[in-house]
Amino acid sequence: MTTITSLDYKRPSWIRMNVQAVFGRSLPRVIGAYREPSWIFFETVLPILGIAAYVYIYKAMGAPDYYMGYVIIGGAMTAYWLNVLWSMAAQFYWEKEMGNLELYMMAPISRMSILGGMALGGMFATTVRAVSTIIIGLVIFNVTFVIVDHILLVLVFAFTIFALYGMGMMFASLYMLWGREAWHTSNLLTEPIYLVSGFYFPVKYFGFFMAAAASFIPITLGLDGMRQTLFANVNTGFLPVWMELVVLIVLSLVFIVLAKYMLAYMEKLGKREGRLTMRWQ
Amino acid sequence: MAMRNLWRTFKNSAWLGWQMESNWADPYLFAIYSIVKPIAGTLILVFMYIFLSYAGGGGPTNPSLFGYMYLGNALFMYVAQVLFGVTWVIHDDREHYQTLKYIYISPANFYVYILGRSVSKIAVTTIGVIVTIIFGVTALGIQMPLSNISWPLMLLGMSIGLACIIAFGLALAGVSFLTARHAGGMNEGIAGIFYLFCGAIFPITVLPSWSWPLASVLPITYWLYVMRVAFFGLGSGVASYDAMLAGYDIMQGLLILTVSTLIFIALSFVIFRFGDYMARKKGLIDMTTGY
Repeated sequence: MTTITSLDYKRPSWIRMNVQAVFGRSLPRVIGAYREPSWIFFETVLPILGIAAYVYIYKAMGAPDYYMGYVIIGGAMTAYWLNVLWSMAAQFYWEKEMGNLELYMMAPISRMSILGGMALGGMFATTVRAVSTIIIGLVIFNVTFVIVDHILLVLVFAFTIFALYGMGMMFASLYMLWGREAWHTSNLLTEPIYLVSGFYFPVKYFGFFMAAAASFIPITLGLDGMRQTLFANVNTGFLPVWMELVVLIVLSLVFIVLAKYMLAYMEKLGKREGRLTMRWQ
Repeated sequence: MAMRNLWRTFKNSAWLGWQMESNWADPYLFAIYSIVKPIAGTLILVFMYIFLSYAGGGGPTNPSLFGYMYLGNALFMYVAQVLFGVTWVIHDDREHYQTLKYIYISPANFYVYILGRSVSKIAVTTIGVIVTIIFGVTALGIQMPLSNISWPLMLLGMSIGLACIIAFGLALAGVSFLTARHAGGMNEGIAGIFYLFCGAIFPITVLPSWSWPLASVLPITYWLYVMRVAFFGLGSGVASYDAMLAGYDIMQGLLILTVSTLIFIALSFVIFRFGDYMARKKGLIDMTTGY
């Protein structure tokens, strides 16, 4: 009989453990997507209906065609906002309720790897929803995009996503401690954020100060930048795109660093107050 | 005796629903929460209208469309909130609190239990709708004099409409027995069908003509029409703004609403029972999907 001692166990590197954690947490979402294929219908066909209503209200008002394009882009980006809110930030609350949070806390990995795994796992379904919204929108409403600068468009989108998921990680630290407030907060951050971030109209119309305040939510500048690069010769942008990109890069860094500290702080607080395992509050 | 049991189930589940809905925060914070969300949803449309009007250089020029859109959107909160609330009861009880199986083995009638749980959603939504309408009249200048409102028609229309919305919710709850938690998009999508095809925020005639027959079989179309007539009057610019519905008199509208609601209630009962049966057969009553 062989006995295994601690000397036989070679501890994997920190990086390897965290990469494994990212993939480990993303895997259930991928498996879940295969196991419940109904989401393909619910996440592709059905969301376009609500978005189409906003397109038709612009038609009823006699708006220029590019406003319909604005709605399509805004509608597509709702997928990412909802994913950040419900499948990442609020997910820590859900994990706590399910009894998984303490298991994450025990594992010798960064909490950000778990959240990164959630983001990665949910990214596929979210992107399917966003892309299908754009494609269906293009086909049904004959919206024409004239891409001004491909590279700028990709960069603005990428840093919007980085900043957005960084913000989601920051939120997750709060959701780790909250009870049902978490659920209601996510609910509350839906329509009001659609409003202030200009999901369905250019944020520029709010005026400089209001639009600048809304720019702390990365999707505000992300949407504005993407619209400016997708619709040539339309003067509804809030700031020049390069400036919006710089702000998005800064926001990405700030949110990710803040998320790290907030997660550590909230975990410590949760342990001290014994709130990490509280369920059904 | 049976009626007394049903009433007790309804009463207690309504109380439970209210507690779950409201006791996570102090009443002041809860009141703000109940108001901010619907107002923000409505302001999206308001700003779309105002910004577009000023971008065109002239300012707001179509008060009938604005009134049509505003009231339709305010009332549509019932559809979105109640549909979601009723359906979410299944997922919440099954996966979050994991109490669905215990309710099943209690003597409570599950159908009545869900009905009771929907009451709190209706109560909270009613607050939101009232605040939104008052905001529209006082801050946005919508012309809706109290003396012009037909209160009996409004109460009748609201009662039938709510019965219809709850019936849809129960049908979706039946489907929710068989879906995972992440299928929350179903509620959003079904609400989207009504939002798009029932003339909630724009006249049905703006839609392509192939969709008009669909709009004409959905009871929500007639509910919104009846409510617009109740609030603004039959001959008003708002009530007659949609050319497709302007040809109906109010009795026709009410009759179609009542008949279609009865049909949907029967249909929802069948769907609910079928979902319930299939969930038990497949062992899904205590399914958890923590993806």
